[in-house]
Amino acid sequence: MASSRKVAVVEGGEEMAVAYWKANLRLITILLGIWAFVSYVAGYLMAGMLSGINLGQVPLSFWIVQQGAIITFVVLIFVYAVVMDRYDQRFNVHE
Amino acid sequence: MSAVEIWTWALVILTFGIYIYIGYASRVSDTKGFYVAGQGVPAVANGAATAADWMSAASFISMAGLISVLGFEGAVYLLGWTGGYVLLALLLAPYLRKFAKFTVPDFVGDRYYSSTARTIAAVAAVFISITYVAGQMRGVGVVFSRFLGMSIEVGVIVGMVIVAFFAVIGGMKGITWTQVAQYSVLIIAFLIPVIAISLQLTGNPIPQLALITSDLVPRLNQIQVELGFNEYTQPFANRSMVDVIAITIALMAGTAGLPHVIVRFYTVPNVRAARYSAGWALLFISLLYLSAPVLAIFARTNLLESLNNKPIAEVEELGWVKSWKATGLLGFEDKNGDGILQIRGPKATDGIANELTKLDNDIIVLSTPEVAQLAPFIIALMAAGGLAAALSTASGLLLVVSSSLAHDLYYRLINPKATEERRLLVGRIVIFGAVVVAGYFGINPPGFVAEVVAFAFGLAAASFFPIILLGIFDKRANSQGAIAGMLVGLIFTAVMIVMMQSVRIFGTAEPLMGPFMGISAQGIGTLGMILNFAVTLIVSRMTPPPPAEIQELVESVRIPRGAGAASAHD
Repeated sequence: MASSRKVAVVEGGEEMAVAYWKANLRLITILLGIWAFVSYVAGYLMAGMLSGINLGQVPLSFWIVQQGAIITFVVLIFVYAVVMDRYDQRFNVHE
Repeated sequence: MSAVEIWTWALVILTFGIYIYIGYASRVSDTKGFYVAGQGVPAVANGAATAADWMSAASFISMAGLISVLGFEGAVYLLGWTGGYVLLALLLAPYLRKFAKFTVPDFVGDRYYSSTARTIAAVAAVFISITYVAGQMRGVGVVFSRFLGMSIEVGVIVGMVIVAFFAVIGGMKGITWTQVAQYSVLIIAFLIPVIAISLQLTGNPIPQLALITSDLVPRLNQIQVELGFNEYTQPFANRSMVDVIAITIALMAGTAGLPHVIVRFYTVPNVRAARYSAGWALLFISLLYLSAPVLAIFARTNLLESLNNKPIAEVEELGWVKSWKATGLLGFEDKNGDGILQIRGPKATDGIANELTKLDNDIIVLSTPEVAQLAPFIIALMAAGGLAAALSTASGLLLVVSSSLAHDLYYRLINPKATEERRLLVGRIVIFGAVVVAGYFGINPPGFVAEVVAFAFGLAAASFFPIILLGIFDKRANSQGAIAGMLVGLIFTAVMIVMMQSVRIFGTAEPLMGPFMGISAQGIGTLGMILNFAVTLIVSRMTPPPPAEIQELVESVRIPRGAGAASAHD
């Protein structure tokens, strides 16, 4: 486990690692919250309600599950990658 | 030879030549190159390779057809097969890259410090992958037979030779760069016809915008209702909400847990690249997945409008009708003898029987360019694209079979003293053997193949996904918990699927079991996954915690630093 020892060598490494992990978990929770809301709540549970509303010529519920949610997923992953880049630097755990 | 056949031959020879050249140019000489492409694949290239790896013959050929039948509920495939990448990117890929070994069973075996866990994972990976790959080889055969008039058998053998060539000499490195080329071919082949049809039907070249701005959807909804079908966009007309939710969860978790997708993230240089390449992968996948639902609408509208209320003699003269009717995938019958083809849905009230007796889902995508009367070149492009999709997925799966047998079972368990040369040789022999087995099943498909392919996701969701996730996020998870969890999840899911599908597997008159709590066989993996989570968590807490060095291992995979330096074979 050479790599974990390497982290501890960095000044305050242990505490930074704990704080980094907490920040990561918080970010994951927020992004997966959006992921679950878009797919399961807006897409499925509210489908009956939203099918009365139109986006252009298409019922909103249909558009969400066949277009909107997929676009959201792509954005979520890139947001995660960009924010984690910052966390890697801030908590000094970058490669 | 028709113009379509000439173009198809030209494109097939050209693209296969490119794949062979790339395979030869990226030949490898060590196991790190063979199993993880030397961990030198840039994030964007890995994204494209992952997209090709992921999108199978089914995504390319069958999905739009399936969606056009399911309407709103086509969402299960669209959301299920894309939403899993969010799980992969946030919960699995970066940490598995930091772990920096060769395979998924590697992680399971090391993290749960258990040869039993490693063996179960390796056997599950081989079982899931070999049946999945048989479906791909079959897809290659079908494309060859439909477009070039070859027999399915010859088509399968041609596909085997090509895959064997670049997989045996290039391993993961050869597969990766060939997949990048295959992604380009398949996405061009899919998008050009969709854009052409979009222009033709709506005057708008961007299908996603045409969907919103043109009258396509209201028009299709109206036709559907007139013919006695449900409105195309009506939610939960074909399947219940509970079932739709369960299927979507199973497909998402299964996507994140399928070994051939996970190992792609072992090939990038560092943790950061693993995160970004998941984003690129989904972006590349979404180009097809955002177009397929629009194509489904175009195709359904076109099909209903060009067949319904048309004189049968006229319909039979259409070129695409002739060739598809000959394959047995399309069929109609003039039941009321009026010489006109009438299409009717289950809710039709005018007393006219439905005369379109057979419409296979696979026709929808492959026939679309012909139905829309696009140029022969574009029709030929569809064939090249279907082949690229099938071959790229097949090669990724074959590598998993090879690495599970040659690395996890042979090297890690049977002969840990094997030299580098010997391990590489065994890897090459096993991948060649796997190609032969996959080809055999492609030519002689056992009845269960189609079933297992359809349910591979449920099995992956119920076995790999929970224990990999807990291996990273729950330090307390131990080997007893993981083994119990994996077995319970796998066995529960497999038994339920077999019982619900007994009509097709054993030939029983009635299914041995109906939907369970409103959930069908496709969604049952979700329950298997929940069981796996529960069993792993509970059993882990009733048995001793994992040893200190395992807890350190978990801490180390949570931190990006050191990924570049980590050795793949310590």
